[in-house]
Formats: sequence, C-alpha cells, structure tokens
Amino acid sequence: MTRFFNTNAFRLAAVYFSLFATSVLALLAFIYLSTADFIDLQTDETIDAEIRGLAEQYQEHGLAGLVDVIHERVTAEERTPGRFDSTLYLITDPLLHPLAGNLQQWPQVHESGNGWVRFPVEEHRGSVTETLAARASVIVLPGNFHLLVGRDMRDADLFRGRITHTLGWAALITLGLGIAGGLLMTRNMLRKVDAVNRTSTRIIHGDMSQRVPLSGSGDEFDQLAENLNAMLDQIEQLMAGMKQVTDNIAHDLRTPLARLRARLEVTLIEKPDEQRYAEALRDTISEADRLLGTFNALLSIAEAEAGSRRDSWGVVDLAEIATDVAELYDPVAEEKGLVLTSDIAATLKVRGDRHLLSQAIANLLDNALKYTPEGGVALVAHAIGPNARVEVADSGPGVPVERREAVFDRFVRLEGSRSTPGNGLGLSLVRAVSQLHDGTVWLEESHPGAVNPGLKAVLQIPLAVESGRSEPGREATRLLAAPHIPALAGPALAGAGTEPPRGLGET
Amino acid sequence: MKLLVIEDDREASAYIVKGLTESGYVVDAANEGREGLFLASSGTYDGLIVDRMLPGMDGLTVIAALRTAEIHTPVLILSALGAVDDRVKGLRAGGDDYLVKPFAFAELLARIEALLRRGSGTAVSTKLQVGDLEMDLLARNIRRGSQTIELLPREFRLLEFLMRHAGQVVTRTMLLENVWDYHFDPQTNVIDVHISRLRQKIDKGFEKPLLHTVRGAGYRLATD
Repeated sequence: MTRFFNTNAFRLAAVYFSLFATSVLALLAFIYLSTADFIDLQTDETIDAEIRGLAEQYQEHGLAGLVDVIHERVTAEERTPGRFDSTLYLITDPLLHPLAGNLQQWPQVHESGNGWVRFPVEEHRGSVTETLAARASVIVLPGNFHLLVGRDMRDADLFRGRITHTLGWAALITLGLGIAGGLLMTRNMLRKVDAVNRTSTRIIHGDMSQRVPLSGSGDEFDQLAENLNAMLDQIEQLMAGMKQVTDNIAHDLRTPLARLRARLEVTLIEKPDEQRYAEALRDTISEADRLLGTFNALLSIAEAEAGSRRDSWGVVDLAEIATDVAELYDPVAEEKGLVLTSDIAATLKVRGDRHLLSQAIANLLDNALKYTPEGGVALVAHAIGPNARVEVADSGPGVPVERREAVFDRFVRLEGSRSTPGNGLGLSLVRAVSQLHDGTVWLEESHPGAVNPGLKAVLQIPLAVESGRSEPGREATRLLAAPHIPALAGPALAGAGTEPPRGLGET
Repeated sequence: MKLLVIEDDREASAYIVKGLTESGYVVDAANEGREGLFLASSGTYDGLIVDRMLPGMDGLTVIAALRTAEIHTPVLILSALGAVDDRVKGLRAGGDDYLVKPFAFAELLARIEALLRRGSGTAVSTKLQVGDLEMDLLARNIRRGSQTIELLPREFRLLEFLMRHAGQVVTRTMLLENVWDYHFDPQTNVIDVHISRLRQKIDKGFEKPLLHTVRGAGYRLATD
C-alpha cells in the first residue's frame, strides 16, 4: 500500500483530484451565493412594491387613509389561513405606539443600512411559538410617524436551506466520483507500468524471450510496449549474431592456433637442427600473420558496423574509387590469364568513406578474381535511379541460391573454397560497409541460365543529394576535413611533399 | 645513428631495442612519457619511436610538446589504434609516420630507415637517378641507359617512390599507403604483381637488375 502512495501515478491523481475538487467547490459556492442573493433581492423588491402602493394611498388620503389601508390588508391576510410568509406592517405615532399593523409593538430592530432593518418575529401556530427572522424597510413620515413594511424570511430561509442541502450532496457525490475515478485511473496505469516492470525483471534474470504484453488499445502504453518489444527483438538478434560470431571466431581461430602449436611442438620433439628450426619459426610467423590478418579484418568489420565516424564523411566519387581499385587489380587479373574489363560512369558522387568503399570494392574484385578459373571479370559502375550501383560479375562457378545470403556472414566459406586462401570475412566487410552507407549488397547470377552462370555481386549505395550549397554546415565540415587529407594520403614517408598531388598525371 | 624508443610495454620495448641494435643503431629506451620527453628534448637523437598510449604523458602530447619546442626529430608513432582517423590524429600531432601494432620488425625497420633518410634533407631535385635509371620529374619521362621506358601513371608513381627510397627496403604496406593511399590489407598480394610488372619494364633486357625482392620484408631499388 505504501508503494501505491509512493507512485507517480498516485501523486498525479492526487494533484488532479485537488484541482478538480477546488473547481467543483468554487462552482457550487458561486451557485449558492448568487441564488441566495437573488432571494434577498426578490424579498426587497416585494417590500419596495408594497411601499410604493402605500405611498400612493398616503398621498391621496393622508395618514388616516394609510392607517385604514394597513388595517384592511392585515385583516385580509389574517383571513387567509396557512399563510406564514405574510407581509408585516406597522405604523406608529412618534412615540412608537402602534396605530395599525400586524405587529403588537415596535420590534427590536438591527439596522442594516439604507433604511433596512432586521428583527426577530414570533409566530404562533396553535400552541407552537416559532421565532422567525424578518426583514423590513422603515420610513419616517412627516410628523415623525413611523411606517414599517417587511416580510418574514421563512420562505427565503427554507429555500436557502434546500439549496445548501442540494449543493452539499452534489459536492459530496462529485468528490466521491473524483476520488473513485482517480484511484481507478491510478490502478489502471500502475497495472500497465507493472507489466513492463515484470517483463524487464524477467529479462534481467535471463529470460530474453519475454515481451511486454499489449493491451490492444493502441494507446501510448501500447506504443511504449511495442517500441520496447522491437528494441528487445533487435537486442536478441544482435546477441544471437554475437554468439554466432563468437562461436565462429572460437572455431576459426582455434584451428590455426592449434596447428601452430602442434608445429612448434613437433619441431621441438625432433632432433635439434638449426635449419629446421629456422623454417619452423618462419612458418610460425606467417601463421601468426594470417591470424593477425583475420583479427584486423574482424576489427574493420566491427568498426564499419559501429559506424561511429559517419559525421566526418564528405562527398566522394565512387566512380574514381572504382577506377582506382580496378587499376590496382588489373595486373592480378592479367597474371591469372583473366580479362578484367571495367565500364564506369564519369562520376558517381556518394556521401561516404573513401577507404571503406575502396576496401569493399577491392574485396569484391578479389573474390571474383580468386574464384574465376578462366574467362573474365567485369566491373560496372553506373547510376541507377537514386543509387550508385557497382557490379562485379565473373565467369566462375557461382554460388548456389540457398547460400547467397549465408556467405555474407562472418567466416562462412563455401565447401569448395576451403582450399583457396581467405578468411571468410571479405563479404562480411562489404555488407557492413554497404549498410554503413545506407546501401545494400547482394549476389545474383551474371549469366542466368547458362551452364556456368557465374556470380555477380551488386553493391548499391544512394547517390549524394546535390544540395551542397543549401547545407553550409556540411560544406564547412568538408572544408575543415580537407587539409588533413594530404597529410594522410600524401608523402608521409616520401621526400618532403615533392610528390605530385593525387590525381595528377593519372586517371 | 641514434634512436630513442618511448614504449611502456617492456617486452615490446626490449624487442624493438634488440632488433634496432642488431641493425646497427644506437638505441635508448624510455618507459614513460615524461621521461621520454625529457630525453628527446636534448635533441641528440636522429629519430624517435613513440608509442601512442603511455603512462604519465601520452605519446601525442609528447610529440606536440617536442614540436612546440622546435625539435623536429622525425617521429614514428606506434599504436594499437589503426583506424584512418587515428592516423590522421597522430600525423596532425606532429608524427611523421604511423605504424599499427602488431607489426613485423622488417616493417618497423624499413620505416625507420625511410624516416632517417628524410631527416637528412637532400637538395630538391627535379631528376632522380639510380644507376643508369633516370627519372625526369618535370618532363615525366624515364630512361634507362639509352632506352626510354613507357610507364602507366601509377607505375610512374610506384617507381618514383622506389627511387626516392633507393637503397632502402620498402615494404608492401608502405607502397600501398604511399602510392595508392590505401590503408587496408588486400587479401591477394596485389603489390607483388604490380612490382613484377614494373620489373618487366625497367629490368627486362638489362644485364643488371635494379629492383630486388627482400625476403620477408619487401623490395629495394638499388644498383647492387
């Protein structure tokens, strides 16, 4: 229960309830005051009308006429039984001795301003004597005669009592409903938050399959639950991926390490021989280098996947990048007796990282050249709609349809390719790079239907939107970034800056 | 030639010192940033090898402090951080070259030699010459003996780099970084293929080969 009072929901409900209660009470008080005022006003108007009537009589018939009229009215009223809200009349001489009227004597009045007075009046009904409040107007006539015209407030008080009663109940019911509603709302909200809490507690305790239940109403809580669930799905997927990677790393790195260890052990068991020792050490070093290469590749992929440096990107020319990579691999193809052809657009501006894109295209070309026994490899780069598309097509054995997605996973290599050097990370990097650039990469057949269909890897990256001028921030970043590029690309080692700048004398 | 190694990992430091000593250098070592800065401030070294992450004062701060003090000893930065941005940061701080750990000793040695050569500051020339091989940087033509050699633009840059470092060992990574501006390791040994193509053009038909392969390290362009 204490928990209930400590909740935010309860506090919110309490705050809203007090606001609600205050406004309801203010409203009711306003109704009461204006109604009560209205009754008083009406009484006063009746008395005023009576006085106006009497004043006419006085003007026409003088004091005697006035006394007669009052006498008449009093007797007429007395003949009507059951009327208690009677008008009170009293006219007296200067010494306040009654001349006519239905009051026996001049009452003990309390002045309430403007000639109005209040006084108690006793009423006899059979044996019962009731004291009522009365309100009257007092007029002093010439000759110091006093005229008092008033009404008892019996009806007014009754009415006022009824109103107080009604408004009191209204207030009670409204506030009661307010409290009940507040509690209900709080409970309801708490239940929804509790569901989220219960789920997260279970997840913390290791049950990753738990999901926040949806109420199906599509309200904010449902949206929250949906978002949380989507987040959990993604985390679960990432964790599964991570586990897969860890398993693969464990397997793929343990094998060469075991081999390395075995080789060293065997060398040690054999008869000491300097030449064999040297050979074993050299082998060990190259094995270690291969392992380091694998680690570096894994790091590059992780880095591309993390995508932490996207902010510093500028616009790069994918056509130029592709041309450079093609040029890098041209002699490799030639040496293998393959033909590397390239068909590259004049310019393909994309927002991205030159190094990562170079490496991605290099990996695709490397794969194509490695797995093509004869024929050729074609590098095509063109703009297709809003995208720059780089295709690397070979005339090799291709990849079976059902494996075309799997080969993008880390360490996945096709059965037949185990004998060729490689770590099964090349395409994983290409995928990571493409995703980092909001692009995609997929595999298809380069000659569909042919006996040797070959493989075509397609890397698609959105072209940079031509709005450099409208983005002064971007422009500034690019300008700021510019000076460091020569520092990196330029002659870090070579003769102090006398090398021609990149791109001069080559295309 | 006197070198200073500032590296906190004692084993790595011992390995570098031993290797460099055996290669004929006089080597001092510091295990901490401040100590390194103190030693380097003497200005008596021909080259510095500075680890990026050091206790006391990090490597980049040491280099920046030296440069502020107008000490321009060439610096090779060693770092486990290999991303392009990390290199840029290192070179901006005043480093002359950047080598990512772990590295092959041959790589370190080749880079140190290149750095020291740069430090000696030869006069600016528009012609490079190694034996009977001549490169005219202005006319962009190459002759060997009486024969003109035609090269593709990239081959020209490759040869230019080799000629600028004539007599020194140049590693594949150095070539990739400086001739192609690539900071990744292509799986196939593309550099070997480019070198053999270049060799075809400059050495074929000549009695004395100029472009040598140095086993386990890289290449060397020299008359011997």
